[in-house]
Amino acid sequence: MSATRTPPRAARRERLVGRLATLGPGLGYLTVFMLVPLALVLGYTLFHRGRFGGIVYEASADNYTRVADGLYLGVIWTSVKIAGITTLLALLLGYPTAYLIAQLPRAWRTVALVLVVLPFWTNFLIRTYAWIILLNSEGIINRALTGLGIIQRPLELLYTQGAVVGGLLYAYLPLMVLPLYSAIERLDPQLREASANLGARPARTFWSVTLPLTLPGALTGCVFVFVPSLGNFVIPELLGGGRTVMVGNLIRDQFLKARDWPFGSTLALIVIALLVLLLMAQAWAARRLTDGTDRA
Amino acid sequence: MRRSNWLYVPAGLTYLFLYLPIAVLVVMSFNAADTPYRLDGFGTAWYGKLFADRAVREGLVNTLIVAAGATALSTVLGTLLAVGLARYTRSKLLDAIAVAPAVLPDIVLAIGLLAFYTAVQFTLGRHSILLAHAVFGTAFVAAVVRTRLAHVDGSLEEASRDLGATPLSTFARITLPSLAPGIIAGALLAFSLSIDEFVIAFFTTGPDNPTLPIVIYSMVRFGVTPEINALATLLLAVSFTFVLIAQRLSRLTESI
Amino acid sequence: MTEPLVRIEAVSRRFGEIRALEQVSLEIRQGEFFALLGPSGCGKTTLLRILAGFEHPDSGSVTLDDADLLAVPPHRRPVNLMFQSYALFPHMNVAKNIAYGLEREHLPKAEIRERVDAVLATIGLTGLARRRPNQLSGGQRQRVALARAIVKRPRLLLLDEPLSALDKKVRAEMQLELKRLQHEVGITFVVVTHDQEEAMSLADRVAVLSEGRVRQIDAPVPLYERPADLFVADFIGANNLVTGMVGADGLQVPGVGVLPCPVPAAAVGRAATLAVRPERVRLGTEGGLAGVVRDVTFFGGTTRVAVDVTGLDRPLLATVAGATAVALGDKTRVDWSASDAMLLGND
Repeated sequence: MSATRTPPRAARRERLVGRLATLGPGLGYLTVFMLVPLALVLGYTLFHRGRFGGIVYEASADNYTRVADGLYLGVIWTSVKIAGITTLLALLLGYPTAYLIAQLPRAWRTVALVLVVLPFWTNFLIRTYAWIILLNSEGIINRALTGLGIIQRPLELLYTQGAVVGGLLYAYLPLMVLPLYSAIERLDPQLREASANLGARPARTFWSVTLPLTLPGALTGCVFVFVPSLGNFVIPELLGGGRTVMVGNLIRDQFLKARDWPFGSTLALIVIALLVLLLMAQAWAARRLTDGTDRA
Repeated sequence: MRRSNWLYVPAGLTYLFLYLPIAVLVVMSFNAADTPYRLDGFGTAWYGKLFADRAVREGLVNTLIVAAGATALSTVLGTLLAVGLARYTRSKLLDAIAVAPAVLPDIVLAIGLLAFYTAVQFTLGRHSILLAHAVFGTAFVAAVVRTRLAHVDGSLEEASRDLGATPLSTFARITLPSLAPGIIAGALLAFSLSIDEFVIAFFTTGPDNPTLPIVIYSMVRFGVTPEINALATLLLAVSFTFVLIAQRLSRLTESI
Repeated sequence: MTEPLVRIEAVSRRFGEIRALEQVSLEIRQGEFFALLGPSGCGKTTLLRILAGFEHPDSGSVTLDDADLLAVPPHRRPVNLMFQSYALFPHMNVAKNIAYGLEREHLPKAEIRERVDAVLATIGLTGLARRRPNQLSGGQRQRVALARAIVKRPRLLLLDEPLSALDKKVRAEMQLELKRLQHEVGITFVVVTHDQEEAMSLADRVAVLSEGRVRQIDAPVPLYERPADLFVADFIGANNLVTGMVGADGLQVPGVGVLPCPVPAAAVGRAATLAVRPERVRLGTEGGLAGVVRDVTFFGGTTRVAVDVTGLDRPLLATVAGATAVALGDKTRVDWSASDAMLLGND
């Protein structure tokens, strides 16, 4: 009998060893260097800063009531607005670009895609710095405009919310184009032909077939652009000149200047909460698109 | 389907938007004079000045050390994790944990790690950045290798076992080689992300040995200098060649 | 009834070096079930896409009801297509998929509803109106695709490989269903297929295409019994093909002898190919050619016997009713009546 019972046990042991050997190291690492740090951040939100920095471990909801303060709510609102405008612009530029790339001959598609991604592989700070040169009052754009006689005096382009939006858009536009491209490229061209065959003009086909079916890709792109825009503190600092304060700047300052880690953690938690909401919305939209029976 | 020609307008805008700043940087890097916004003759003076800059040189070395270490660590962890997630579990939670570092805003991971390092009284320096970069590196390697795994026929491994190979030798002789293109792509991704990473490095760096992005940050904050243009142009050239090589490599590995 | 609905004249289309269609001319009559049959790459799909408006010919003309069809954009043509992949919109339920084309005509809501309900009843899917395509079986998807096309009441309905994605049992069912529907709605059907059985069983007339050219247009029975050329003889049904020189009393094949067939006087002295259907071939003990049984395949109603004949590089096939007495390795003789064979030119 033992002969028939040994193989399953050996197989079970082998599976266990395989599971531990493959999943163990990575999950262990992520537990120590991601889950524990996140738990710390979550835990800190309940405490408050001591008189000389440090953390006083007395649980309270003070940080949360403090976030509800008009000043901080204002910053969060500004951040959401700036990240939202950036995302919208990225969608407006990215969708037609991705759509065109998906229709190019195959050999050109790769080239066009690489060209979209290339700037992304250069240093993020340098890409931001390029905009300082462009937008400065003595910069290229202002000199071109005055040179052409369109404006008399240089426009104040740098250190505005517009500059921040431009910088964020520049930093994250490729992250919009890529998921959109893969969604559009994956779309069965016969669906568009079917729509035309059933009497739809090209514009109708776009609204009724192409757009709804590429919506999950568009939403993925929106998450990819919105989330890093929201948490960014470098671009508001360099292109906003400190005049535009976003939630990322607040978090940075709470950690590195004010040394109020509990409050900084609370602000970070809000960013995470927004992220989770967005991801849920994206998953919901993707699922809703093709699954399930419509209610009568 | 007929191509819509009006699409070239917004697409052209996108490319103009993406490349105008880069073009300006490159042109300005050959500026002969100390005028950051105006081109006054051609010269390579700023490159000379850049090469003489010790902070930049040391920053580059630190960055390479951090990126190499983080890549090595995340390639091993990420590959194993990808295989484990694909073959040994169906847990959605573990899936989510494995992609989380790629999705989390960098500042959240940055403050978390700073809090963690402080709580366990870990010294800060190149090693703390390296360990931090391995967190998102692992996630990206795992993600890339998993997409490769999805294309690899699972019955190959079963065939290997059927022909008498042990699990370990099946992993070494069948699984790893068929995943090689994904592992290479994942490692390249982890490396280039680490080289470019600023926020997490900024929070977890020690008093000495800043990485290149941190050096650049202080240069940019200090003011506009054409030296940065030269640095930007050089980094661009490196990235472009890097991307081209990666492109070639991936085509090569695909054809194998 | 015999009035041509569609006239295709001298249509040619090339893709780079490939000639997808070469001077194709044919007429499709009002109310008929027409099939475009050919191996993959013969140009039949290109022709279908030209009719639907997704491709344009390099030259030639296509008219529908005597009006130029090529000038009309795809979405204005009274031509509907059932796609091979069905191309059902995954984000719309069955009823919305079917209503899509009617909505494009800006019909009143009540009428759309009525027509959708009616067509759902016709195809027997009334209960599934609110399902999404990914919750349907292959056969159900096909019915929806068909309903979506016929609900528009097109002048011409195109079907691209309509049965290819279905398993055998559903196929037979759909085959009957398609014929019934065509009868019921009275729309002209054009089916594109590489499957000769599908074409022969469905269509009133079949056009056989090969390498972009029309080889023969005929009803199924004449197509089978009087193939116009070697390609059609080989492509439609099983056939025994033997090449040789035409003599006064039959086809002379070196090393084999003279094979019986009707001999037109003009053909004598030329190279030609003899074609004889397996069911016309007799196995016996005398007459004809000597051979050895190489393979016996039992199909239930019939048995196919392959016989190796010395001098021929391919075995001759004979189809026998019921089971057969011959076994593998048996010596046998193969014979047929001259009138059951036919000669085809070698071109």
